[in-house]
Amino acid sequence: MTLIKSGVPSRDELSTVIPPRQKLEKGPVVVVECFQEIPCNPCETACKQEAIRVPNINDIPIVDHELCNGCSLCISKCPGLAIFVIDETYSPNEALVKIPYEFLPLPEEGDIVTALDREGKVLGDARVLKVQDGKYQDRTAVISITVAKDFSMEVRNIKVRG
Amino acid sequence: MRITGHPVLQFSRGKKIKFYFEGEEIEGYAGETIAAALHAAGVKDYHYSPKLNRPRGFFCAIGNCSSCLMEVDGQPNVRVCTEQVSEGMKVRRQHNKGVLKP
Amino acid sequence: MKNREIAVIGGGPAGLTAALYASRMGAEVTLLERHSIAGGQLVKQTHKFFGSQKQYAATRGIDIPQYLLEEIERQGVEILLDANVLGYYTEDGVLGYEKDKKFHVLKPERIIVGTGATENVLPFANNDLPGIYGAGAVQTLMNEYGIVPGNKALMVGAGNIGLIISYQLMQAGVEVKEIIVRGPIIRGYGVHASKVRRMGVPINTCCTVKSAHGSTCLEKVTTINLTENREPIPGTEREVDVDLLCISTGLSPLTELLWQAGCQMEYVAELGGHVPLRDKNMRTSQESIFVAGDASGIEEASMAMVEGMLAGLCAARDFGYDDGMFNELHYDAIMQLNELRSGEDSEKIRKGLKECLVKEVIR
Repeated sequence: MTLIKSGVPSRDELSTVIPPRQKLEKGPVVVVECFQEIPCNPCETACKQEAIRVPNINDIPIVDHELCNGCSLCISKCPGLAIFVIDETYSPNEALVKIPYEFLPLPEEGDIVTALDREGKVLGDARVLKVQDGKYQDRTAVISITVAKDFSMEVRNIKVRG
Repeated sequence: MRITGHPVLQFSRGKKIKFYFEGEEIEGYAGETIAAALHAAGVKDYHYSPKLNRPRGFFCAIGNCSSCLMEVDGQPNVRVCTEQVSEGMKVRRQHNKGVLKP
Repeated sequence: MKNREIAVIGGGPAGLTAALYASRMGAEVTLLERHSIAGGQLVKQTHKFFGSQKQYAATRGIDIPQYLLEEIERQGVEILLDANVLGYYTEDGVLGYEKDKKFHVLKPERIIVGTGATENVLPFANNDLPGIYGAGAVQTLMNEYGIVPGNKALMVGAGNIGLIISYQLMQAGVEVKEIIVRGPIIRGYGVHASKVRRMGVPINTCCTVKSAHGSTCLEKVTTINLTENREPIPGTEREVDVDLLCISTGLSPLTELLWQAGCQMEYVAELGGHVPLRDKNMRTSQESIFVAGDASGIEEASMAMVEGMLAGLCAARDFGYDDGMFNELHYDAIMQLNELRSGEDSEKIRKGLKECLVKEVIR
C-alpha cells in the first residue's frame, strides 16, 4: 500500500528518507517524511545548517543527513507535520524521538504515554522527556519521547493517557 | 456544545445574550449567529419543508444555500447561519414558505 | 451617486491582496465584504500554510488577515463590512449592495471580483437531513464560532479540505470514524493524509454514501463500495453510526456577478465549473472587470493572494498609478504563479488554465 492509496508511506517510499545507518549511530538526525512534489519550502527556511534544501519550490526536500545536527528547529515549521528527529544514541536500549503534536491535553514531562505508529496502532509505552511549546513553535508543540530502540522508525504519534 | 479548550484557537466570547427559541429561553453570546447558538443548545432542525415536512438545517454556513431558514421576530426565511443573535429575539421553526411582511 | 476608482468585491485572500496592491500604487479603493469580519476562508484556517515565505508559508491562515488589514487600513482603503453586493448593472456601471438593511449604490471605474467559491453537494437518499453539512461549514462552526458540530463524524472526500477538516475535527474533540473517498486514490497532500492516519482514522477508497438515516437529525449513514469506474457494488453496504456527515467533494466558483456583468464564461472542469475568460493580468473579457482567487478557478489560498496582487496592480495601472515598483512587482507576481503551478500536482490546473487564459488585450 502506497502513500497515495492509503495515506501511509510504503517501506519503499520510506527507504528514500531514512538516514544512513552510520549517521543514526552518531547522534540525533532528521527524518523528513515528505514524498510529493508540492509547492512548499519552510523546512529549507528553518534549517540553519543548510542540511535541507528545496532548490525549486516544488522539489521534494533534499536532505544532507551529514550536515544535520538534530537541532529540531524544522519540526514545528513543517506545515505537513512531516518532520521528526531521531536519536538512536540516547541509551543502549532506547531511542529519543521528537514529534510535532497539536492536540490537547499536552503531556507533561515525565508522563508515560502510548506510542503509536503511522496507522495509529499501539506500539508500546513511551516516556515524555520534554515538551517544547513556546512562541517559536507557534502551537505546534515538539514532544521528545523515549521509546524502545526498535520503534525509532515506527513511532510517529502519541496518545496521552487520562 | 461550545468548545472550551483548543490547541490552536482561543475563544473570547462577548456578552451573554438571552433569546427565545419556540418560547423557551436560550443563551447565546454577542457576535454569535442564531445557528451557532442553536447548535450549542443541541438544536439542529430549523425548518420543515412545506410539502413533505422533511427536517432541514444548516449546510453551507455562509449564506449561500438557503437550507437554514427560520422565522425570526415574526419575519420568515431568515438565514440563521449569518444572522446574529440579539437580546430578546424570538426564533421559531418554520413549517411553510412564509409570507414576507410588506 | 458615489464614484470610486476601484471596488474590490470580497475580503478574502484574493480581495485583501488586491486592495493592498491597488492602494499601494495610489488608487482609491473600496473593499466590500458581506461578512462581519474580513479574511474570507482565512479566518477558519487554523493550520500552517504551504508555499514559500512570500505566501506566508508556516504561518497559520488565521494569522494572515491581520497583516493584510493593517496595511490596507494604512493605505486608506475604505472597508465596508456586512456589505453584501447584490448586483452589477452594466447599462450604467452601477454596483448595488445591501448594508444595514438598506440598499446602496456605488459607481466604480474598475471592479475586482474576489467572491470565492461554494461547496458542492453530493446526491444520495436523505442528503437533506440536519447533521449533513459541507466540510467548510463544519469548519466555520468549529473555528469561527467555537461550537462542537457533532460527536461522531464521517468525512466524505480526501482532498486537502476533507483531510485538513478531519484533523481539525479531532483537534476540537470530535471522533472521526473514517474518511471515505469515491476514487481509488487520495487526492489531497500525502502529508495531510498521514496526519490523520496516525490518529487511527481509516481512509477507505472506492467508497461513497448510499443513504443517510435519522428522524429529525442524522443518526446513521449507509456506505457502499465502488468499482474503479465509480459504479456501486451491490452487497457491499455498511452502516456507520455517526451524527455528523461532512461533505467535501469539491468547490464551485461563485461567479454570479461575472455572468451578470456579461463576462465571457467557459466551463472548465479542472477549475471547478464555469469560470471567466481572463488574460494573464486577471482581466476578464469586460475591460473594467478583473477576477482573482477561487472565483477564477479553484486553487489554494497562496494562488488567490498572488492573483489578487496581479489584479490590484493592473487595475491601478489603468489609471496611470505606479509608485515606481509596478514592473518589478508585476514580474514577481507572474513568476510566483508560474513557480507555484510548475509542480506535478498542478498539472490539472495548468490544463484547465489553457482553456480560459486569453491573450492580453493591448490597450
